This record gives sequence, C-alpha cells and structure tokens, in this order.
Amino acid sequence: MSFHPQMEYAPAKFHKSARTLAEQGPAFAYTPENQARFDENVAHYPPDQRKSAVLYALYLAQSQQGYLTASAMSHVAQQIGCSAAEVEDVVSYYTMFFTKPVGTYVLNVCRTLSCALLGAERVTEEISAALNIKPGETDPTGTFTLIEVECLGACDRAPVVMVNDDWHERLGPDQVREFIENVRTRGAAAFTGCHLHKEVKA
Amino acid sequence: MAYEPILTSQIDQPGSSTLDFYVQRRRGYEGLRKALTLQPNDLIEQVKASGLRGRGGAGFPTGLKWQFVLKDTPKPKYICCNADESEPGTFKDHVLMERNPHLLIEGCAISCYAIGAKVAYIYIRGEFYHVQQILEAEIEKAYKAGFLGKNILGTGFDCDVFVHRGAGAYEAGEETALIESLEGKRAQPRIKPPFPAVAGLYQCPTAVNNVETLCNVPLIVLNGPEWFSAIGPEKNGGPKLFCISGHVKKPGVYEAPMSTTLRELVYDYAGGMLDDRPFKAIIPGGSSVPLLLPDQLDTPASFDGVQKAGSLLGSAGLIVLNDTVCMVWLAMNLLHFYRHESCGKCTPCREGTNWLSQLLERIESGEGRPKDLDLLFGVSNNIVGKTLCAFGDAAATPVLSTMKLFRAEYEAHVREGRCTLPAEWRAKHPVFAGH
Ligand SMILES: Cc1cc2nc3c(=O)[nH]c(=O)nc-3n(C[C@H](O)[C@H](O)[C@H](O)COP(=O)(O)O)c2cc1C
Ligand code: SF4
Ligand code: FES
Repeated sequence: MSFHPQMEYAPAKFHKSARTLAEQGPAFAYTPENQARFDENVAHYPPDQRKSAVLYALYLAQSQQGYLTASAMSHVAQQIGCSAAEVEDVVSYYTMFFTKPVGTYVLNVCRTLSCALLGAERVTEEISAALNIKPGETDPTGTFTLIEVECLGACDRAPVVMVNDDWHERLGPDQVREFIENVRTRGAAAFTGCHLHKEVKA
Repeated sequence: MAYEPILTSQIDQPGSSTLDFYVQRRRGYEGLRKALTLQPNDLIEQVKASGLRGRGGAGFPTGLKWQFVLKDTPKPKYICCNADESEPGTFKDHVLMERNPHLLIEGCAISCYAIGAKVAYIYIRGEFYHVQQILEAEIEKAYKAGFLGKNILGTGFDCDVFVHRGAGAYEAGEETALIESLEGKRAQPRIKPPFPAVAGLYQCPTAVNNVETLCNVPLIVLNGPEWFSAIGPEKNGGPKLFCISGHVKKPGVYEAPMSTTLRELVYDYAGGMLDDRPFKAIIPGGSSVPLLLPDQLDTPASFDGVQKAGSLLGSAGLIVLNDTVCMVWLAMNLLHFYRHESCGKCTPCREGTNWLSQLLERIESGEGRPKDLDLLFGVSNNIVGKTLCAFGDAAATPVLSTMKLFRAEYEAHVREGRCTLPAEWRAKHPVFAGH
C-alpha cells in the first residue's frame, strides 16, 4: 500500500524489514536443574507477573545451549505463559543474548570514552589482527568471538574486557597477543577477574 | 583530606563484604533495628531533614520522592533499587555492592519499611554478574540471620529483597524503562505522568532509588539527619562517592564531602595527570554533562556547585582529559554510544543520534564539509527538549558542549581534511578508529 497517490509503490525499497528470524534449532527443553532454577526465580514475582522472569529464563536457555534458537524462545514463552513473539521482542532488544553460535570465549571489549582514552581502540585492533577476525565474528576454531561493547562500569580499570561472565582488566594493547595465548592454554585462569578489591583506595 | 570514609570505610580489608564483618565492624543492621522502632512517617521526615539527594544522576531529594508514594491504596508498594550503573565514567555502585553489600541490603529493608513496601528488587546490569553473585550470597545470609524475610527482628515487619539481572541496555537505567524491563519487556521509558510513585512497577506505587542513595539511608537513621547534613555544603550534604577515570595517575572511586573541589579530586585524590601532561578539560558527571575547562577546576564537586559552573554533577563520574584528546573524536566516541543505546521510542533521539554519529565520523575522518557544523548544531537542537526521556538531551550534550568550547578544532578538521590531533593511543587502522 502506498501512502500517497504520487508515492511510488516500491516494497523492495521501502518495506524492507530488518527483522531476521532466529534459527529454529533442535527441540529444546530445560534440564531438570534449569527447570528447578526457573521455578525458584519466577517465585520472586507476583503470580500474575511471570513475565518478569523472562530475562532470567533466557539466560538459563542461553547457558544450556550456548545461544538462543526459535525452539528455545518457544520453550521460554511456554514457561512464562506468553507468546513466542513477545519473547523474541525482548531477545532482540538486549545485547547480552546471542541468536547465533559464539566462541568458547566471547571477548567483549569496552570501547567507550574512558577505555578508549587508554587504548581500547588499539586493543580491538590487536585482537582482530591476532585472531584475523573483525568485531562481531568468531574465529574458525570456534574459540574466540570478538565484540565491541559500551561502558562496562569499571572505567578506572581501563581498558576492560568482559569475557563471558568473567572480567579481564587493564588489558594494554601490547599485552593482547600474550593474553590470547594465555587464554588458549590456561582458559579462564588467564583472566584477572574483577580486581576491585585489591585496588580500591579508601 | 582529613575526611574519614563512611560508605567505603574498610573496604580494602579482607572479608569486608561479609555479614560478620558488617555486624561486628560497621555497626551493621543497627540502623534497621532503630528504624523499626519508629513510625514510617517519622523515617520519611528524617530522610527529608537530612537533605539526602538522589545519587543516580538527577539529585532529587529522596525524602520527597518517598513522600509522594501513594499511601491510600490497597495495592502493594515496591522499592526498585537502580543498580544498572551504565553511565560512561560511573563505577561507584559497583564498589558498594561488591565491598559493602549489606549496607545496600539494610538500606533496602529500611526504605521498604518507610514507604510501606514488602519487596525490594535490585535491578543490576547483566554485566555485573560477579557482583550479583556476591550480593545474592550475602542476601541469603541476611535472611538466615533474620534481617530479611518474615517477622524481621520480631517486629512483625516482612521484607523480601530480590536481585533482578538486566541484559545489556543503558536505557534500563532510566527509572520507567527500568520498571518496564523488570516487567519483562524492552527497556523503553513510559510517558510521565503518572510517575512511578503513583503507578510504577505492575502499576503499583513504586520508589526507584540508586544504590548509593539507599546506602546512605541506614547511616541517616543511625547517626541522625543533622550529622548527615553537616557533612559537606548546605543542601549538598552527606558522604559522596566520586568516580575518577581517564588521564589521571590513580583512577578509582574516592569518597569525599561535596565541598571538595574538582582540583582536589583530580590532583590530590587521583594523583594528578597521567605522565604529568597538561590538563585540557573534565567531564564532571558522566558522559552526558557539559565539559568544564582548567579555570573551572576550583569548583566544589557538589550538585549546586557544578551546576553553577555550567555543568552537572550527575552520577559523579569524572572523566579527565589531557592535551592529547581531540574533541571531535570525543564527541564521535560518545555519539557512537548514544546511537547504540537509544531505545528507539522517539524519532528525534533515534534518528538524531544516528545523524550526529555519522556526521561526526565524517568530520573526524577528514571528509567533513563546512556546512556540516551547522548541521550538527541543527540536529542537536532538534533533539534537545523534544524527547520522551532525558536521554535525548544527554546525547546532544557532548556535541553542543564540544562545539561551544572547542569550535576551532571542528573547523580545523574541515579545513585540513584530517584529524588535527591524532593521539597515539588511538587505533592505527581507520576501521578501528571509528570511521
Ligand atoms: C538515560 C538515563 C539513564 C540512567 N541511568 C541510570 C543508572 O544507570 N543508574 C541510576 O542510578 N540512575 C540512572 N538514571 C537516573 C534514574 O532515572 C533515576 O533518576 C534514579 O534511579 C533515581 O534514583 P535517585 O533518586 O536515588 O538518584 C538514568 C536516567 C536516564 C535518563
Ligand atoms: S529519548 Fe531516546 S532513549 Fe529516551 S525514550 Fe526517546 S528514544 Fe528512548
Ligand atoms: S568506559 Fe570502559 S568500562 Fe567505562
């Protein structure tokens, strides 16, 4: 439908939706442990407000399968008692949900001002060169995904990288290659963690 | 610097986050004990008398906010603690929750009692998972010790505190967007009025308060409103956390009264400029406030002081910039942030941040045209005051402020067709340099 008689009707040009459908994926259901976790969490909210648990439910599904598929979203919708479209609406808004497989280690490099002032742009550049991937991509071995994120709330320990749910702080551009090798060989033990407690000056 | 930290006292001690430490070394839960002997209204009066102003950004008087919470209603009431902490340059709530979580838990319980709520939700950003784990473990201990749950301290008062994890969205920090997110929807603000005090979470009366705000509540109850307001300047009382990042020797969170000047914070607390390079400017209150220049460093770091100097204290995130910082680049970096984080609900903000970001990338990369400067100004002014939430004004501020104070840098970029101040800490390759 055109909005004005003189407006050309060009659906290919104007009516292109940016919406991409999540992959259907295999059948999905929570493990008994995750089902128990969900049931515990949803009880935090009034009985008629189960939808409040949707972010938690999605985190559970994501931790179980690595990323969110249409099957997983349907399962979450069923648990909550809402439509799958409502769940998809939420998934598409928040940055911490993945609808495609990601690497074992998701390197979320903070790119916002305080980190950038101390070399975050160079950190991303070095990681990209070391792994031969661009931001948003996963390396061929499926070990690393590189993502640029906005301020992580630890600007005094710039540049900050969040790795999955863990942290690595004060990652200078010169230390990137060594860091990557360390993660390859030592895994999560290579992360500094949040070293607030060692450094806060009262 | 004779000031003794209160909120962050002993946080460098081992075990400072535990219940035992809190009870034995910090007079923990004595405030709650005392509060439960008072009438809720008297508590609100005490907080009003203390002059406590919200630490989340707007500096709104907390006692007043609580007073507005609808009393005569059969509906339940709620406290929502704003632990979204996503304003660039801000990391103080992070410290409080990680190193002194029981202060927040106690603050939640007292606040619930004051407004007549039985449940507090702590909305924490998804990226703070390590903090959440500490917080949840300590909440569980508070339940076991009888400071939360049913019939607290034998007074008949019931209170639950739950942690709610966000999933990556700056806009979830805006109070009505936070409520939407808590209800399981996209974090997009609501039209106000009605304000949360009347129809907030699940359309029930709700008070949304920042972490640091709630942490001050037990201290006020314990030590009295006069004690509180006597710390720092008039109308800007109480202990305050300052987050200092950027080009300083010792970035970190520092506690000080609001009579402390920006100069003292930068040069005494944070150890002065990194590599002793010259100071160029400071953003005193998180990314969304105007810059201040070297001759404004003697401004007291208080809500009113910084406002008088032409900026805002906001979330007290001080970002210090040395002479290597290109101001066009700075605006570009921040507009990338705002473009990414705009919730998309209103057109001026959704489209405007995209325009600004693209224009700035063009100028920074040397492709800018002279009329782009007017365009930047025009687009910014078409955002300011025309949006649903304060995000719009915040997004335009880095552009308007740098254009006002450093217009010559913009002109030089356009004239010379390149960045005139390419710092060595920036990416070598244009793809990673944001253009
Ligand atoms: C775009 C935007 C983002 C915000 N982000 C936060 C935040 O991360 N943390 C916070 O405490 N307040 C944030 N606020 C302020 C809240 O809307 C609200 O004013 C505050 O939580 C009230 O608490 P207070 O009165 O204790 O300061 C934000 C406001 C806006 C407009
Ligand atoms: S100003 Fe921006 S962030 Fe705020 S409601 Fe409008 S689009 Fe959303
Ligand atoms: S700017 Fe990187 S953590 Fe804040």
